[in-house]
Amino acid sequence: MGVTSKLGNLGVVTTTLDAAINWGRTGAMWPLLFGLACCAIEYMSTQASNYDLSRFGMELNRATPRQADLLIVSGRVTRKMAPVVRQLYDQMATPNWVIAMGDCASCGGVYNNYAVVQGVDEIVPVDVYVAGCPPRPEQLLDGIMMLHEKVRRETIKDWA
Amino acid sequence: MDIPKALDPAEAIQKALPDALQDVKTFRGETTLVIVPAQLVKVAQFFRDTAGLVYNYLSDISAVDYAEVSPVGGVIGISGRPDRFGVSYHLYSMLYNRRLRLKVFLPEDDPQVGTLTDVWPGANWLEREIYDLMGVTFVGHPNMKRVLLPDDWDGHPHRRDYPLGYETVQFSFNVDEILKHKPFAKE
Amino acid sequence: MAVAEQVSKWEGSIDDLRGLVSERALTGETMLLNMGPHHPSTHGVLRLLLELDGEEIVTCLPDVGYLHTGIEKTIESKRYEQGVPLTDRMDYLSPMSNNMAFCMAIEKLVDLDVPERAQVIRVMLLEMSRIASHLVWLGTHALDLGAMSVFLYAFRERERILTMFEMLSGQRMMGSYFRPGGVWRDLTPDFLPTLEGFLDIFLAKVDDYELLLTNNPIWIDRTQGIGTIEPDQALAWGVSGPGLRGSGVNWDIRKAMPYSGYEQYDFEVPLGEHGDVFDRYIVRIHEMRESHKIIRQAIKKLETAKGSFRSDDRKFVPPPRSALGQSMEAVIHHFKLWTEGFPAPDEEVFVSIESPRGEIGCYLHGDGGTKPRRVHFKTPSFMHISSLPVITKGYMLADLVAIASSMDVVLGDCDR
Repeated sequence: MGVTSKLGNLGVVTTTLDAAINWGRTGAMWPLLFGLACCAIEYMSTQASNYDLSRFGMELNRATPRQADLLIVSGRVTRKMAPVVRQLYDQMATPNWVIAMGDCASCGGVYNNYAVVQGVDEIVPVDVYVAGCPPRPEQLLDGIMMLHEKVRRETIKDWA
Repeated sequence: MDIPKALDPAEAIQKALPDALQDVKTFRGETTLVIVPAQLVKVAQFFRDTAGLVYNYLSDISAVDYAEVSPVGGVIGISGRPDRFGVSYHLYSMLYNRRLRLKVFLPEDDPQVGTLTDVWPGANWLEREIYDLMGVTFVGHPNMKRVLLPDDWDGHPHRRDYPLGYETVQFSFNVDEILKHKPFAKE
Repeated sequence: MAVAEQVSKWEGSIDDLRGLVSERALTGETMLLNMGPHHPSTHGVLRLLLELDGEEIVTCLPDVGYLHTGIEKTIESKRYEQGVPLTDRMDYLSPMSNNMAFCMAIEKLVDLDVPERAQVIRVMLLEMSRIASHLVWLGTHALDLGAMSVFLYAFRERERILTMFEMLSGQRMMGSYFRPGGVWRDLTPDFLPTLEGFLDIFLAKVDDYELLLTNNPIWIDRTQGIGTIEPDQALAWGVSGPGLRGSGVNWDIRKAMPYSGYEQYDFEVPLGEHGDVFDRYIVRIHEMRESHKIIRQAIKKLETAKGSFRSDDRKFVPPPRSALGQSMEAVIHHFKLWTEGFPAPDEEVFVSIESPRGEIGCYLHGDGGTKPRRVHFKTPSFMHISSLPVITKGYMLADLVAIASSMDVVLGDCDR
C-alpha cells in the first residue's frame, strides 16, 4: 500500500551513506522560527501560500533552537540583539547552518552606524548570504537551494 | 453639551502664569510657546485642565541638540538659540482639534527638566527615550533608565558631537585589507 | 531556583527591579518569567519581563531596543531626499505611511505644494498599504491564537498588493515611492487594471476571513472581554489608531486633520465599544472595507485630477530625464539637486498622519543647510508597547499573546 504500490517492483536501492544522510538533511531541514525585521516579513511570505516553502521540506518552523537545523537571520542585528543571536546559535545542535538573509544581516546594509552589527558573520559563521533589501521570496528560495547544494557536498567525516 | 469657547493658548498662559512664558513663535501655522523649564509641569497641567484649552493628548516629545560641531569633533558653539538642548512637547486637543508645541531650552551641562508622567502617563517612555539618546534628565521620573540602548552603553548617540560610527565600505580595491581585520565569528 | 538567579542573566541584580515589580516578587512569592526577545508570538524582538501570580499577570515590564537601528541619526547625516529610503524600514508593514509622514514634513518645512494628481495617487497607495498591513496583522494575530489557515488566506491577498507596489516602484516592500513634492513616477499603464481586478474580488475575501473568525466560538472566547482599556486611560497612555478606536474614541487623523485631500473622500471611521481584543479586531476588519471604498473613489478621482504626479518646482524636484538633453537650466537643477540637495530653513515642524497602526508623527528640524538638524518619529508601536503594562494587568499569561498582537506592534516601528 501507499508508497510501495507506487514504487512498483523496485527491489533494493544501493547508495552511499553520505548520500542517504544528506538526502535526509536537505529534505527536512527545520528552520528556527526567528524573525528580526523587514526580512522576516518576506520570510513569512515565503512560507505562506504563494511561495510555499514546504515544497522543500521546510514547513515546520521550530520555536526552540534545540530542534532546529537552520538559523535564518532575517534582518538587521543590532548591538543589543547580537548576544541573543549568538546564544541561539550556540543552543542549536550540530549539524546546523546559517543563512544571512538580506543586506543588513550580510554586511550592515544601509545602516552603517553605531547601532547595527556590520554583518552577522561577526558573531556567527554564515553559510549562505542572500542579497536584497529585503530579498524577494524567490531569492531566499535560491539561497536555500544553494545551501542544499552545499550540504549535499558534505561528507559524514566532516561531522564525525 | 456646551463646549466652552476656545482660548488662545499664549494669551491664556500669559494671564494665568505670567512668569512662565518666554517667547511665542509661529512657523507655517504651528504655534510654539517657549516655557521657563522650572514652570513646565505647572504649565502642562494648566493646558490639560483649563476649560477652553483641554490639550488632552500628548502626541510626542522630541529633543534637539543645537550644538555646532567642528568637522574634527567637539562642540564649538550653539547655533542661534539660548541654550544647547531644546525639548519640544507636542500637545493635541481633541475637543478643539488643534495642536500646540511647548518648548524648553536646557543648558549644556546637566540638562534637567521636570517629568510630565504625572500629567500624561504616556510621557513615560518618550522621556526615557530622550534620556537614552539625548542625555536630558527628567526629574521625578519613576524609572529613568535607558530604553532603547543596552544599559551599559556609553554616551548619548543623538547628540551632535556623538559620531555616527560607520565602518569603511568594502570595494574591490580595499576588500583584502578590510577582511584581514574583520572579526569573523568562529564555530 | 532563587529569584535572584532567575533574573540575574538579563537584569544585573534584583535591586534594579525594586519599585518596578511588586514586593512579593522580591521575596520570591510571585514568579518572574522572561518572555522574548526570541519568542514566536512577540511579533519581532520584543522582550517582556513578567511577574506572575500563578497564571495571572501582576506586572509586565516590556524591554525594547533590540531593533534600535539608529535611523533618525542616519537620516541626519543625509540630504532630505536621501532620507526617504531609510524611513521605509521603520514600520516595515506599511512603508508608504512612513514615507508619507517624512515627505509631508519636508514639504511643510520648505513650503512645497503637491499637485492634485500626486495627492490622489498617494491616497490610493496609502490605503493599499493599510490593507496590506492589516492583512499581515490579521494573519499573525490569528496565528498567535491558533488559527493557522487565516494566515495563508491573508498572505495570498497581500501578495497581490505587493505585486502592484512592485509595478510602480520596482520593489515589493520598500518602494521609497513617495518623494518630496509627489511620487517617484507616474502610474504604469497596467497598474489600474490590476488594481481594479484586485478590488473586484477583495470584499468577498474579507467576508471569508470574517466567516472563519468573527462567529467562531473559540475566537470569541479568546478575544471578547480580554485586554480591555478604558477610553480615558488609552488617551492618557498615548494609544492611537485602531487601538484607540476600539475603545470608542472617534479620533482618526484622516478625518480630524485631513491631509493629502482626505476630506474629499467619503468613508466612515469604524468604532468599537468595549475596547477589548475583539473590538480592535472588528475595527481593523471594517477599516479594510473602508479603505476599499476610498481606493474606488480615488480611481474615479484620478480621471479628473489636475497636475502631474510630482511638483514641477525645480528648486526641490529634479527635472525629467528627457529635459536634460534640451535645457541647460534643467542640467543645472539636476546637478544641484543630486550633488548638494535643497536647503531648508532653521525651523521646526511636526506633522502626523494616520498609519495603519495609529498616529505616526514626524518632527523635522532644519538647520538652514541641506541636511536636517534633527528628525524624530513618534511611532504608534512605541506608545502601544509602553501601555502594555496597563492593558495586560490582571489577565492570564495566555491572554498576553492575544493582547500584545491586538495592539499591532511592529518592533521596527517601535525601536527605529
